[in-house]
Amino acid sequence: MNDIVAGVLEAARLIVTLDADLAEITLRSLQITVTAVAVASVVGLPLGAWLAVSRFRWRRHVIAIVNALMGLPPVVVGLVVYILLSRSGPFGVFGLLFTPTAMIFAQVIIATPLVVSITHQAIRELWAEYHDLLLSLSASKSQRIRALIWDGRRALLTASLAGFGRAIGEVGAIMIVGGNIDHATRVLTTAIALETSKGNFPLALGLGFVLILLAMAVNIAIHNLLRTERTSRW
Amino acid sequence: MVSPILPLRLNDASVVRRGKTLVGPVEIEIVSPGFTIVIGPNGSGKTSLLRLMHGLERSASGSVKWAVAKEEARRQQSFVFQLPIMMRRSVVDCICYPLLLRGTRKSKAREIAADWAKRIGLGAMIEHRAASLSGGEMQKLALARALITSPQVLFLDEPCANLDGRATRDIETILANARAAGTCIVMATHDLGQARRLAKSVLFLYRGRLHETGDAAEFFDSPATPESAAFLRGDILE
Repeated sequence: MNDIVAGVLEAARLIVTLDADLAEITLRSLQITVTAVAVASVVGLPLGAWLAVSRFRWRRHVIAIVNALMGLPPVVVGLVVYILLSRSGPFGVFGLLFTPTAMIFAQVIIATPLVVSITHQAIRELWAEYHDLLLSLSASKSQRIRALIWDGRRALLTASLAGFGRAIGEVGAIMIVGGNIDHATRVLTTAIALETSKGNFPLALGLGFVLILLAMAVNIAIHNLLRTERTSRW
Repeated sequence: MVSPILPLRLNDASVVRRGKTLVGPVEIEIVSPGFTIVIGPNGSGKTSLLRLMHGLERSASGSVKWAVAKEEARRQQSFVFQLPIMMRRSVVDCICYPLLLRGTRKSKAREIAADWAKRIGLGAMIEHRAASLSGGEMQKLALARALITSPQVLFLDEPCANLDGRATRDIETILANARAAGTCIVMATHDLGQARRLAKSVLFLYRGRLHETGDAAEFFDSPATPESAAFLRGDILE
């Protein structure tokens, strides 16, 4: 209990004193995760919508695989990305290992299945509602997908935010591919892991509370920006 | 120059779902623009027949043919569903959507849609959410959305079901104007009063089979089959 109180106080101290190290790793966490979620959304939203409106032979299997990939173990993702980016790997020539780019790459792999799956679910319901209308209006497949993404944008926001939640709290993969290098690849989660291993629980907890506040602040900011929950239905 | 899509010919066409025949086989020809009412009791296959004509259902047998290719014919038709499908957009954005699909600039499409909204009595609500409209207003919106592309053929599936007298009259006025502008209207209803007011020709369906077809006045004055006579008398047909 004392550790938790000390953690809260440490978090308050770090925030109030505008601790330079905290600001640096918080900004890096945000940069990496926001970029990863943006990429995951650009890939995942249309893919989820396409899965909802398309009918092809292996569709059910593809959906089952995407859903299964939501539970992809981050450590395994980190390991695979590490092998791909290491000097002897196929992308070793780019020298990306232990850089923020490698961390983004790993987070994209972790967040995309979640974005695709939630998008598929949301768009499937909207598609059932719009199906007859869009067919009657002879909308092409790309026109259908655009209409569904636009009209379902608030539901799709949940998909992107879920991706953000998964990525911002992730530690296993980015620890492996980023290396937790001070002033280079250290982010909030890897800093928490480091401080915990050093036995510095108040600082680790303080960083943890900052991480939670950050995740909540981003969610609230995006909801306010897109004016969700302000109207009665959408 | 847009080619006429009529006549529409259904030869031995049928709708079968999960092994059950919902409609047909039927032989129907709609040759010239007019006001055709598809009439019959609940479950007689009216909706399925309209969907078959429009191309939302595949015919399990025979053929459904327009004077032009299927895709070209579809672009010259509109369909108004019994439960109007409201997009999650404003009234004006819902009405202009078919124009956007056809490549009209958004500002121009919204201008045309706003004009349609005024014509159908929704002029003061163009920026309201479509889903917030009443049942009658939604149906008017669906009609405006269907008519904004000036279709040659308009299919309506019981557009006045669950509407009160005033809303029904407003919709019938819009339909009369569309008819006067040259649109061929094919409408399903089980409302005999409405059928008498609007129909020029009638297709009487019962248990998925076409029991009678022809001039509306003749149908109402001297029905040719026992089923249509019983329906017109108001008997319960099972």
